[in-house]
Amino acid sequence: MKDISISVKKKDHEIKTSGRAIYVADMKFEGMFYAKVIRSTIAKGKIKEISLPNIPDNYYIIDAKDIPGKNALKIVESEQPIFSEGNIEYMGEAIMMIVGPDKRKIEELSEKIKITYEEEEPVFTIEEAYEKLVSYHYEKGDYKKAFQNADEILEETFITGYQEQAYIEPQGVIGIYENNKITIYGSMQCPYYVKEAVMLTMGMDDKHVQVIQNVTGGGFGGKEDYPSMIGCQVAVAAKKVKRPVALILDRKEDMLVTPKRHPARLKYRVALNNKKEITAIEADIRTNAGAYLGLSGVVLQRALIAAIGVYKIENLYVSGAAMKTNTVPNGAYRGFGAPQTFFAIEMLMNHIGEKLGLNPLEFKKKYIAKKGDTTATNGKYHYHVPLDEMIDKAEKISGYSKKYKKYSKPQTGRYRRGIGMSLFLHGCGFTGSAERDYIKSIAKLVKNEDDTVEIFVSNTDMGQGLHTTFSKIVANTLGIPLEKVYINNPDTDKVPNSGPTVASRSIMIVGKLLERAAKKMKEQWKPHEPLTIIEHYKHIDLIPWDIEKFQGDAYPAYSYGLNVVEVEVDMLLATTKLLGVWGIFDVGKAIDKNIIMGQLQGGMLQGIGYASMEKMENKNGQIYQANMTDYMIPTAKDTIPFNIELIDNPYEGGPFGAKGAGELPLVGVAPAYVAAVENAINKNITEIPLTPEKLMEKL
Amino acid sequence: MIEFILNGNLVSTNSDATTRLLDVLRNEFNLTGTKEGCGEGECGACSVLIDGDLVTSCITAIGSIKGKTVVTIEGFRETEQYKVLEKAFAKAGAVQCGFCTPGMILAAHALLSKKSRPTYEDIREAISGNLCRCTGYNMIVDAIMIASKEGKGLW
Ligand code: FES
Ligand code: FES
Repeated sequence: MKDISISVKKKDHEIKTSGRAIYVADMKFEGMFYAKVIRSTIAKGKIKEISLPNIPDNYYIIDAKDIPGKNALKIVESEQPIFSEGNIEYMGEAIMMIVGPDKRKIEELSEKIKITYEEEEPVFTIEEAYEKLVSYHYEKGDYKKAFQNADEILEETFITGYQEQAYIEPQGVIGIYENNKITIYGSMQCPYYVKEAVMLTMGMDDKHVQVIQNVTGGGFGGKEDYPSMIGCQVAVAAKKVKRPVALILDRKEDMLVTPKRHPARLKYRVALNNKKEITAIEADIRTNAGAYLGLSGVVLQRALIAAIGVYKIENLYVSGAAMKTNTVPNGAYRGFGAPQTFFAIEMLMNHIGEKLGLNPLEFKKKYIAKKGDTTATNGKYHYHVPLDEMIDKAEKISGYSKKYKKYSKPQTGRYRRGIGMSLFLHGCGFTGSAERDYIKSIAKLVKNEDDTVEIFVSNTDMGQGLHTTFSKIVANTLGIPLEKVYINNPDTDKVPNSGPTVASRSIMIVGKLLERAAKKMKEQWKPHEPLTIIEHYKHIDLIPWDIEKFQGDAYPAYSYGLNVVEVEVDMLLATTKLLGVWGIFDVGKAIDKNIIMGQLQGGMLQGIGYASMEKMENKNGQIYQANMTDYMIPTAKDTIPFNIELIDNPYEGGPFGAKGAGELPLVGVAPAYVAAVENAINKNITEIPLTPEKLMEKL
Repeated sequence: MIEFILNGNLVSTNSDATTRLLDVLRNEFNLTGTKEGCGEGECGACSVLIDGDLVTSCITAIGSIKGKTVVTIEGFRETEQYKVLEKAFAKAGAVQCGFCTPGMILAAHALLSKKSRPTYEDIREAISGNLCRCTGYNMIVDAIMIASKEGKGLW
């Protein structure tokens, strides 16, 4: 059998390239109605009065009173209303929906709806916020003593901004009500999340709700929870009007109301002994959660677990809170809290190293965790940590240390150069024991009489190539041609719940189930006889995770990354130009080289955007950059060829040795980029995005 | 009534002259390969060729294309040039979610039609109006370079 990493043509290549792929906005149903959500125009208060225009025949108002079940969005907890019942917590909160056959008429009607409010005092920023939606803390060793005995204590605060997923396909769903059953089509990452949310809101059971994923035009975390919200909204409408109802957001609405990466403030204190060694770290991480909890708790967990990055520090106190503000609720975005923390810890380590007159890399090397070391949460690095080899490789291909030394000498003139490096990891899969306790994945393989094999899982291909990689795992394990294995977009009436498509878990967890199922199928294989294999998740308990105490193995395994960025800064215009971008990654084993490269390339460029140009602000409760002109994401001209290498470090718990790869490439780019700019201008920077305006202030 | 040539056929529409070309294509002619990503001329997902030039159909009024030639991905996919681009995109792994892809393919064709052996810089310039959030562009740039080499004589 050929090496599984050798690239193949993707299963969905032709339908996508030729324009035949059907995304949700491409679907039409007989008699379909369109929906528009009417949203609050204030950030906090109570609705006083709603005055409606005359609603013509065939047009309907849908609001909280139409909800047959519970008016609460099921995410982690169920708190956010589907439609407001009078209380407003953020600007853009859904109050009602107009549904009807003609979009222009709907627009016209919506302009005539007048809502008056009794406004209350809102809070917008982490500084102003007083309510913790959730908070955690953990400690290790004796941090108090270490601080008492410290020779020197350093303090630094880091600020990170919003980031918008900016998938090119805006969010959308269609709801259909027929024979007492709701069917939802849509662009989504997690069909079963949508299904469970709709069941709760509609008060319907498992048998009467069906969710079908359409081809999805990018997700990056942004389509983890929000499709549940709009899924519930169209479900309520479809039941009332007894027709298919489509809700397709336009770009502006999508940018205004869907969850984004949490802005964060990260305060660090470091104790150094008289040998200038780190003896303890204290970190306090505050995120701006927005108006409702949503995924903010789980995002915060990942941010806290990553508090000391790839390093080994014996004494720790780490605390954090997701702060409630009257802004759009934030949520999942590739990296899930880790990019914020890695920016802080990597910059902090650079700054300490440089303060001691060292090349930051030399300083960091002393602290890099090795196999057998304990993690921040007293779990263990059970497997090889390949960072040393990765550093050697990076030195060879990027010349980091030599260039760092050269650029650290005083530079003059308009154009100055700098280079920066970051080291990072990403825990693969859900935090802690969620796979065992909540998700309980099931995957199914069905062999047909013609000896083709179909994969049944609920994980979605949103561009990351899952249809192809899952099929390769099954085909290679069975030893049959890839053409004999197929997979469709999940339909909850047909696929078991193999869990959501999040947390870099699909390949490692669900891919492993498929590998095991395929092995069983191979043993029982009889030509031309149908066969079904169902495989359940098995937990590998190493050091059990205790969420109350934040102790134990937070993740079964880690993927590792290293980035080097080299820039040239124009001191006059405060612009930067990329000169080189390198990435070295350990994703265990690449199931498909092209697909992994695509993940790494795309993720790294999102990281560069996060670090440098993707600026989003909330002004008086409203997202200020709400279109693609104001919120700029990188174009083909903003980037250069990246130099990416993979380290082979197969993981026994993943199929063919594969670990998570989707989020990793976005986690560590920002600190490498900012370190490069610092190196060029010889000043410390503690905030991203480092836009030209921000850089100008520094020069 | 507005007449124009769509994918090689003379067609007409009764839509108001201010209707977006994008809506006419998607709603009247069911050509859903042309995507809407932003509706304001920024993302390029709605790109089509008008008289051979790459144009964003979301900010093009149908009235302005009277008598012109429009090619969408559905028309272009029948050509030899498409086959070369399709193969090159597969080889380079240039397609992820696919939402930008029809527009990218047309942008590539528009470039190669004007300059059959472009430089890397030319390619970046030519697709700079087409946003892709998934790939980071480099694999798309490589794909277009491969196509320019493989497609000898076609452009
Ligand atoms: S939809 Fe036309 S440019 Fe984005
Ligand atoms: S492949 Fe997803 S936007 Fe380009």
